[in-house]
Amino acid sequence: MPNAVLRPDRPDRPVPAAAPPPPPGRRRAAARRTARPRAAPSRPFRTIVSPHRLNSRRGRIVYRAVLATVVTVFTLVFVFPLYWMVTGAMKTGEEIAQIPPTLFPADPSLEAFAEAWELFDLGVLLTNTAFYAAGAWLFVMAVDVAAAFALSKLRPVFGGVILGAMLATLMIPPMVVLLPLFLTAKSVPLLGWDLLNTPWAIWLPAAANGFNIFLLKRFFDSIPRELVEAAEIDGASPLRILRSVVIPVSRPILGVVSIFTVVNVFRDFVWPLMVLTESDKMTISVGLSQVSNQVTQNALMAGLVIASIPTVVVFFFFQRSIMAGLTAGGLKG
Amino acid sequence: MTAAAAGPRRRPPSRPALLRSLRRNLTAYGFMCAALACFVLFAWYPMIREFLLSFQETNFVDPPRWAGLKNFETVLANPSFGQVWLNTAAFTVLALVFGYAVPFVVALVLNELRHARAYLRFVVYLPVMLPPAVGVLLFRWFYDPGPGLFNQILELVGLPGLSWLDSSATALVSLVIVSTWMNLGSGTLIYLAALQNIPGELYEAAELDGAGFFRRIRYVTIPQTRLVLLLMLMLQIVATMQVFIEPYLLTGGGPENSTMTVAMLMYQYAFTFGDWGAGGALGMMLMLVLMVFAAVQLRLTRDDRD
Repeated sequence: MPNAVLRPDRPDRPVPAAAPPPPPGRRRAAARRTARPRAAPSRPFRTIVSPHRLNSRRGRIVYRAVLATVVTVFTLVFVFPLYWMVTGAMKTGEEIAQIPPTLFPADPSLEAFAEAWELFDLGVLLTNTAFYAAGAWLFVMAVDVAAAFALSKLRPVFGGVILGAMLATLMIPPMVVLLPLFLTAKSVPLLGWDLLNTPWAIWLPAAANGFNIFLLKRFFDSIPRELVEAAEIDGASPLRILRSVVIPVSRPILGVVSIFTVVNVFRDFVWPLMVLTESDKMTISVGLSQVSNQVTQNALMAGLVIASIPTVVVFFFFQRSIMAGLTAGGLKG
Repeated sequence: MTAAAAGPRRRPPSRPALLRSLRRNLTAYGFMCAALACFVLFAWYPMIREFLLSFQETNFVDPPRWAGLKNFETVLANPSFGQVWLNTAAFTVLALVFGYAVPFVVALVLNELRHARAYLRFVVYLPVMLPPAVGVLLFRWFYDPGPGLFNQILELVGLPGLSWLDSSATALVSLVIVSTWMNLGSGTLIYLAALQNIPGELYEAAELDGAGFFRRIRYVTIPQTRLVLLLMLMLQIVATMQVFIEPYLLTGGGPENSTMTVAMLMYQYAFTFGDWGAGGALGMMLMLVLMVFAAVQLRLTRDDRD
C-alpha cells in the first residue's frame, strides 16, 4: 500500500462538498498539544515500538531520554541559529565582534534595525516584494484556477494533452531553462515586450506553474459531478458555476496555492536577481544580498530578521496548509 | 480573450450534440487561453529556446546565427570544465550523505514520539520557510573565522578553528552544511507522511514473528516506504545538482574554483562573459544529465499507478 503522497489520482482529501473544509490528514490534525489526543483516532496508533513496550518501566525511561535528547538537539540545530540572528541584531557593533561572544546581548537595543531600515532601504524592498507577491497571487488565481476548472469540468478536446504538457514542465530543472527564460523576458517573442525591471517579469512566469494546475485540477476533479450538473440544469453559465459552485467548495486548495505563490515570491532568489536589477525594483532577498558586504554585521542581521518575518509569520499561521501542500504534492522538493 | 470566453450565442438545448460540444470546447479554451499564453511564453517556448540557444551565436545586436557545435567546443575547452563538474558531483554526493539519510532517521524518530510532535515538526521546517538568501547570509556570518559562531563553538570544546569558506579544503563542505540545514525539513515531513501511512498491523505481525527493532525497520518500514525513498533520492539529486545560491552568495566560486558549480559557470558565461551560446550549451549538458534522473523518477511514479 504505497503512499498517498505519490498518488495524485487517489483523492486523499475528503470530498469537499458536504461539510466545509474538513482539514486533510486526520492524524496530523489531531497532533495538537491538547492532553491525550492520540486516543481519539478510530484505529490505534501503532509504530515500530509497540505501545506495550513503551509502557514498561524501562520503556518509559528510554522514551523520556530520547524525547529530551531530540527536543534539545532540534532546538539547538534549528532554533539556536535563528536566536543568534535575532540577538546579533540587538547587539552593538563592538559586542557582535567580541571574542568570545556573549550569549545574551548585554544591552539589547533596536538601533541596528533602524540602521538596517535606512541602509538597505527596507521600506522600498518590502513594498516591492509585497507588490510582486500580490500581483503573482492575482495572476495565479485568475489564470490557473480558470484553466484548471476548464480542464477538470469542461473537458475540452486535447485537454489531456494540454494537461500533460503543463505537468511535463515540472520535470524540467528550473536552472536549465533560466537563460532562455531570461531572454524571453528580455524580449517576449512575437510581442517584443521588454519585461526586465517590470513586475510583469515576476507575474507572468508565476502563472505558468504546472504544480498549481496539478493541485487545482486534482481538487476540482473530486467535486461531485451532480453538483455541477445541478447548476447546469438551473441554467448557470460556466463562469457562474466556477464562481458559485466550484470556488466556494475549493477554499482549502485555493488557500494552499495562494500561500505557496506568495511565499515563493518572497523566497525566490535567482530569477529576481536576473530580471530586477535596478536597486529600487529589487525584491528583499536580492536587495539584502547586494549590499550585504558593505554594512556592519549587526545591521545585516537586523535586515535578515526583517526579511524573514513575512514568511515565518505566514508559516506560523498557515502551518497546516503548507504541510498539507508539501505532502500532497510530493513532486516538487 | 474576452471574445472567446463569451463563446457563441446560447442555443436551445434541442440543437445537435455537435454544436453543444463545440460551444463547450470554445468556452473551455476561453477559460484556458490566458494560462496557455503564459505556458507557451514562459514554460514551453524557453525549453525550445534552450535547445536553439546552445547551437546559436547570440548577442543582442544581430539576430542569432547558427553556430553548429561551436558553443559546445567553447565549453569543453574551458580549463575548469572538468573541475566544475567534479565540484557539482562532489556537492551532490556530500549533500546526499548528509541530507538523504538524516531526514529519514529524523522522521523515524519523530514518528515514534508521542509528545512535542507539533513543536518538532514546526522547528524542523522553519529553515525551509526562511528565504534562502537569509539562511545563506546568516551562515556566512557563522563561518567567519574570527568571531563566527562555528569557530567559537569549536574553541569552546577545545578544538582548533577552521577557515571554512576561505580554504579550498573546507569550502565545499561548508556549502553542503548550509544547504542541508535549509532543506532538511521538507524531506523529513515527506517521509513522516509516508511513515504515517504504514498500517500498524504490519508492525504487530512482525513483532509476533519475533522481529526486533531494527528488523522491523528493515522488513516493514523500508519496504513500505521504498517508493518515497527512491523518489526523494532522484528529486534530491536533481535539486542539488542545480546548486547556485550557496556558492553565489558565500564564495563566488572560489577559493581556487573549489566551489564553482555548473549552474554558477552557466550564470557566469551569460552575465559575466556575455557568451549566451556557451551558457546555453552548458545548460543543455546539465539538462541531459538531469534528464536521466528525471526519467527514472517518472518511471517510478508511473509504476506506482498500476
